[in-house]
Amino acid sequence: MITDFMTGEHRHCDQLFALAESAANDDHLDGARSAYAEFEAALLGHLDMEEQVLFPAFEARTGMNGGPTAVMRMEHEQMRAVLGQMQRALAGGSMDDFLGLAETLNVLIQQHNMKEEHMLYPMTDRALAGEAGAIIERMRAL
Amino acid sequence: MTSAALSLEQAPPLSVPLRFFLTAPLFGMAAAAMLLLAGPDVLLSRWSPATLALTHLFVLGVLTMVMCGALFQMLPVLVGAHVRRPRLWGGICHGLLAGGTAALAAAFLTTAPLAFRCALMLLGGGLALFVVVLGGGLLRAPRVHDSVRGMRWAAGGLAVTVGLGLALTLGHAWASLPILRVPLTDLHLSWGLLGWVALLITVVSWQVIPMFQMTPEYPRWLRRWMPAAIFALLAWFSLSAAVTWPGSSLPLAGLAAACAGYAVWTLVLLAQRRRTIGDVNLWFWRLGMAALIAAALFALAGRFGLPPAASRLALAPALLFLAGFALSVVNGMLYKIVPFLVWLHLQQRIGEHPAARGQVAPPNMRAVIREPRARAQWWLHAAGLTLLLAGLAAPVLLRPAAVVWFASFALLGYNLFTAARLYRSEAARIAACG
Repeated sequence: MITDFMTGEHRHCDQLFALAESAANDDHLDGARSAYAEFEAALLGHLDMEEQVLFPAFEARTGMNGGPTAVMRMEHEQMRAVLGQMQRALAGGSMDDFLGLAETLNVLIQQHNMKEEHMLYPMTDRALAGEAGAIIERMRAL
Repeated sequence: MTSAALSLEQAPPLSVPLRFFLTAPLFGMAAAAMLLLAGPDVLLSRWSPATLALTHLFVLGVLTMVMCGALFQMLPVLVGAHVRRPRLWGGICHGLLAGGTAALAAAFLTTAPLAFRCALMLLGGGLALFVVVLGGGLLRAPRVHDSVRGMRWAAGGLAVTVGLGLALTLGHAWASLPILRVPLTDLHLSWGLLGWVALLITVVSWQVIPMFQMTPEYPRWLRRWMPAAIFALLAWFSLSAAVTWPGSSLPLAGLAAACAGYAVWTLVLLAQRRRTIGDVNLWFWRLGMAALIAAALFALAGRFGLPPAASRLALAPALLFLAGFALSVVNGMLYKIVPFLVWLHLQQRIGEHPAARGQVAPPNMRAVIREPRARAQWWLHAAGLTLLLAGLAAPVLLRPAAVVWFASFALLGYNLFTAARLYRSEAARIAACG
C-alpha cells in the first residue's frame, strides 16, 4: 500500500524529469527553466514526505535508526547537491552542464528508487501494517 | 532485517568492478589480433583451434569478464544481496578468470595437455568461485522478486555451462578420458549462449531499460515466465540431442522465437521511451536487439539447411548473437556504469573530506566519458560487426574486420582508462583539501 503510493510518486517525478531534460535538449532555455522548477519541487516534496513522515514512523516502530533509512537519507543529500548544481547550470544558461548533471541525477535517482521499491517500502508496509492509510494521508498533507 | 539493512549500503570499492572492466578490452584486442594474424582460415569451421581460442578469448575474456565485474557491483542494488569481502573475492575471481582465459586460448592453439590442465584449474576455480558468490547472494536476497528469480535461473545456466566446459577440458587434458566431444560441445555452446548470456542480459534489461530510458515496464508474465521457459526449452533441447525423435526441431524453434520475441518487445518499449535524448547506450541497445532478431532468424533457417552446415555462413547466428547482441549490450552498459561509479565514488570521497565541500564538485557523467568519444566507438563497433558478417560471405574482408575490431576495443579501453585516470586525479585533489 505504501509501496504502491510511493512508487507512483517516483513515476510522477520521472515524468517531470523527462520533460525538463527534453526542453534542455531542444535548447529551449525558458521551457527548461519552468519544467525544471516543477520537477525540482516534486522531487524535494517527495524527499520531505520520506524524511518527515515515513522514515520517522518506520524508525520509531522498528528501532532501526542507523540502518536502511540512514543510507536513504545520505542519498537524498547527494540528490540535493546535484539539484543545486543543475540550478546553477540553468541560471548560467549552460545546457551541456545541465544535461550531464541530469544524466547523473537520473542514474542516482533510479538506483535509489530501485532499493526503495524493492526493499525499503515493502519493509515499511510490513512494519507499519495497521497505519499505512494514516501515514499516506499525513504525507499528502505536507 | 540486519542483512536487508546492510545491503542498502552503497557500492563495493571502485577497484572491484573496475579491474574487470579495464581488463575486458585487452582480451578483445587479443581476440582481434588473433583474427588478424590467422586471417580467413580462422572462421573456416567452429572446430579449428584458432576459432576455439578466439571464441573463448571473447566470451570469457570480454563478456564474462564484464558481467562478473558488473554483478559484483550491481548485486547489492539489483537484488539487495550483500557480497561479503568484495575486494578479496573480486580480486581472486578476476585473477583466476584472466589467467584461465589466457591459458585456455594457449591450450587450444598448442593442444598441449599441460596448458589444458592449467586452464582447467584456473578457470574452474575462478568460475566456481563466481557461481558460489553469485548463487550465495541470490539465495540470501531478502526479498524474492522477478529479477532475483530470473537471475537464479541464469546462475543455474552458468553452472551447467561451466560444468560442461570443465568436462570437455578434462578430455583435452587427459586424452585417455572418454568424453563425447561433439554432443557435449553443442550443449556447452547452447547453455553458455542462452542459459547464461541471454538470460542474464534479459533479466538485467527488465530493470535497466525502464530505468535509464524511462520506458513502460516489461509485462509481468514475460518477467515471470521467460527465464523458466528458456531453461525448460534448453533442457528439452539437451534431451533431444541424446535421443532423436520426431519434432526435435521444436525446442530450437521455441528458443529462437523467445529470443526474437523478447528483442521485438524491447524495441517497441524503446520506441515508447519518455526521455527524448538519444544517448549512446540507446544506440547500443537498438543495435543489439536488431542483431538478436537476425541471429534467431539465421538459426531457424539453418535448421532447414539454409545455409548448408559446412559453409562459413553457418557461423552467422553465433556471430550475430555474440558480437552483435551480447557485446553491444555489454559495451553500452559500460558507458552507463563506469561514469556513474566514478561520480559516485568521488562524491563519497568528498563526504569523507569535509574541507573539499564547496571547493571540488565531482565531474558529471558526461564529463567523465565524453559522449562524442563513446559515439565514435559505437561506429567502430557497428562497422566491425558489418565487416565481420560480410567476411563470412567474402573472406577477404575478415582481416579488415579484425583491424576495425581492434580499433573499437582499443578506443573502448582508452575511454574507460581515461575515466579511471580522472577518478585518481580528482580523488587526489579532494584528499589535498585536507
